[in-house]
Amino acid sequence: MGTLLEVQDLRVRFHTTEGVVHAVNGISYSMQEGETVALVGESGCGKSVSMMSILRLIPCPPGEVAEGRALFGQRDLLQLEEAELERIRGGQIGMVFQDPMTSLNPVLTIGRQITETLRAHTSSDGASARTRTLELLDMVGLPAAEERLQDYPHQFSGGMRQRAMIAMALACSPKLLIADEPTTALDVTIQAQIVELALQLRERLGMAIIWITHDLGVVAGLADRVLVMYAGYLVEEAPVLELFSRPWHPYTLSLLAALPRVDRPRSSRLKPIPGAPPNLLAEAHGCPFAPRCGFVMNRCRAENPPLVEIEAGRKLACWANVETGQPR
Amino acid sequence: MDTAAGLTLPRLEELEAPPLSLAQLFWRRFRRHRMALAGAVTLALLTLYSLGGSLFLTEAFANFTQTALRLQAPSASHPFGTDTIGRDILARTIYGGQISLLIGLAAMLVELVIGVGVGALAGYYGKVIDSLLMRITEAWLNIPALFLLLIMAKSFGGRIPDVQLLGRSFSGSVVAIILIIGLTSWMYLARIVRAEFLSLKEQDFVLAARATGTSDLSIILQHILPNSVAPIVVAATLSVGNAILTESYISFLGLGVQPPTATWGNMLEGAHGYIEQAPWLWIFPGTLILLTVLSINFIGDGLRDALDPRSRAI
Repeated sequence: MGTLLEVQDLRVRFHTTEGVVHAVNGISYSMQEGETVALVGESGCGKSVSMMSILRLIPCPPGEVAEGRALFGQRDLLQLEEAELERIRGGQIGMVFQDPMTSLNPVLTIGRQITETLRAHTSSDGASARTRTLELLDMVGLPAAEERLQDYPHQFSGGMRQRAMIAMALACSPKLLIADEPTTALDVTIQAQIVELALQLRERLGMAIIWITHDLGVVAGLADRVLVMYAGYLVEEAPVLELFSRPWHPYTLSLLAALPRVDRPRSSRLKPIPGAPPNLLAEAHGCPFAPRCGFVMNRCRAENPPLVEIEAGRKLACWANVETGQPR
Repeated sequence: MDTAAGLTLPRLEELEAPPLSLAQLFWRRFRRHRMALAGAVTLALLTLYSLGGSLFLTEAFANFTQTALRLQAPSASHPFGTDTIGRDILARTIYGGQISLLIGLAAMLVELVIGVGVGALAGYYGKVIDSLLMRITEAWLNIPALFLLLIMAKSFGGRIPDVQLLGRSFSGSVVAIILIIGLTSWMYLARIVRAEFLSLKEQDFVLAARATGTSDLSIILQHILPNSVAPIVVAATLSVGNAILTESYISFLGLGVQPPTATWGNMLEGAHGYIEQAPWLWIFPGTLILLTVLSINFIGDGLRDALDPRSRAI
């Protein structure tokens, strides 16, 4: 399997009236074909921005991709002409958004919205686009698709809309599916159905998935590998089982401690992470997690640790060894 | 079946009825607006009058001058009387109505193309394009419309040759008036469309459309425009009435459509000297203008209520 996507030193800034927001601060990662990667972190840590910016979907200005490369195949997505990028968006890279209630156009029928995507990317005529749309709707588990083509989004429930969004993202058999918190706006039973659907579709179509989420439960059931983001930095990268059994970064550790677990006594309280995420307006000095970290050392406040490979497939950006409590 | 509390459960057929389509919802709401309904009926009758009337009376008759019979009061042979040079007023209101309605609709189309075009580009692209287009719009708004109309009418009026359409020959001044009215009235529509585009382009479905590789042009035409259709329809309807009124002003001042082609407006031109002597000169065309504009404005009101997505009334 080859490398599908390689992001190198991506930096994204927003120029606002209050100053420059450093949303993404030099993140690098790569994706293999057919691999499922989860990108986790709390709200505002740059998860969505880092994904949207590689497809140049952030508004510019105020947004700006200050540095970095995003190699998709041989080509740098950040340097492509707008017309070429339009062919890649929806063609080779599909995207599913957080809120299916607002991501479908309320005045167009579901059928029209899917066929339109197909016709924008393939040379298919009306009839074959229709056949393919029916096939897609069937694939994402929308029964009686024939009648559903003429329906408007308001006639769909939240789960059905998200299925329609997934059908649209998969219309042109993309090599990469970016799912930006696709289950956040849905209730728990529907969330489980959507995750199950994603698993089935991955099995069947073999595309790579980047699943942005802050739900670690979803991550455990779905991902091969996890990237943990904090304040615009990647702080830890690990295979999913390793991350849950041996978290190395103090932030990952705190995230896991904050989860409710069935194997703990009911009386035990959840442990929140003290403090608040740093203000991204200020240029970071030292490790951005240092003010909230239980393992903090003097070095942390002076120097921001780089993301380095510690074992094969495991990377960490931390000066401390949380297993021993000693400096690394 | 009745429950103890006196509540009636819906019958089975009601529960099984398919949900109302958008068109049905629209019709339900529009029907409830009595004045709008009356306006629609009146406008239909007026259209029938000016289109159907031409089956009975020829245009040659409408333009036939008999100075011997000038300023005749309504009678059996001339039900609406005759004008200052002896033409039949009934026939002239019929043919004049065709021109007035044509001017109203065509000027609205011109306004729609310019207004939607400018508003959509300014609202969607923003930044420099927006500033530039909006400054141009404001500059147009700053020119007193009536003077601009009069000057344009005077300088373009005689230059456009006559046009043959649907077996009729139209004075070139009709085309000139349509363009002039369209060119002086698109600014409000442009602002409405820009405002709609500014808010709609931030919606998630536009981002989702971009993420599926939709081009700017089809986002504008297929995604944003259909969502802003309600205010555009209302503004366009009202602008038909305004265009008919504007044509009347200019024609009344003698700079609009040139005789012998009749319009309701230029029929009033010679009438102001005979307000008391020969009231039939202005009563008939004046009433027709009034009814048409009033009906259109009521229809516009009804459309505004019926198309408002925030209105929850069924």
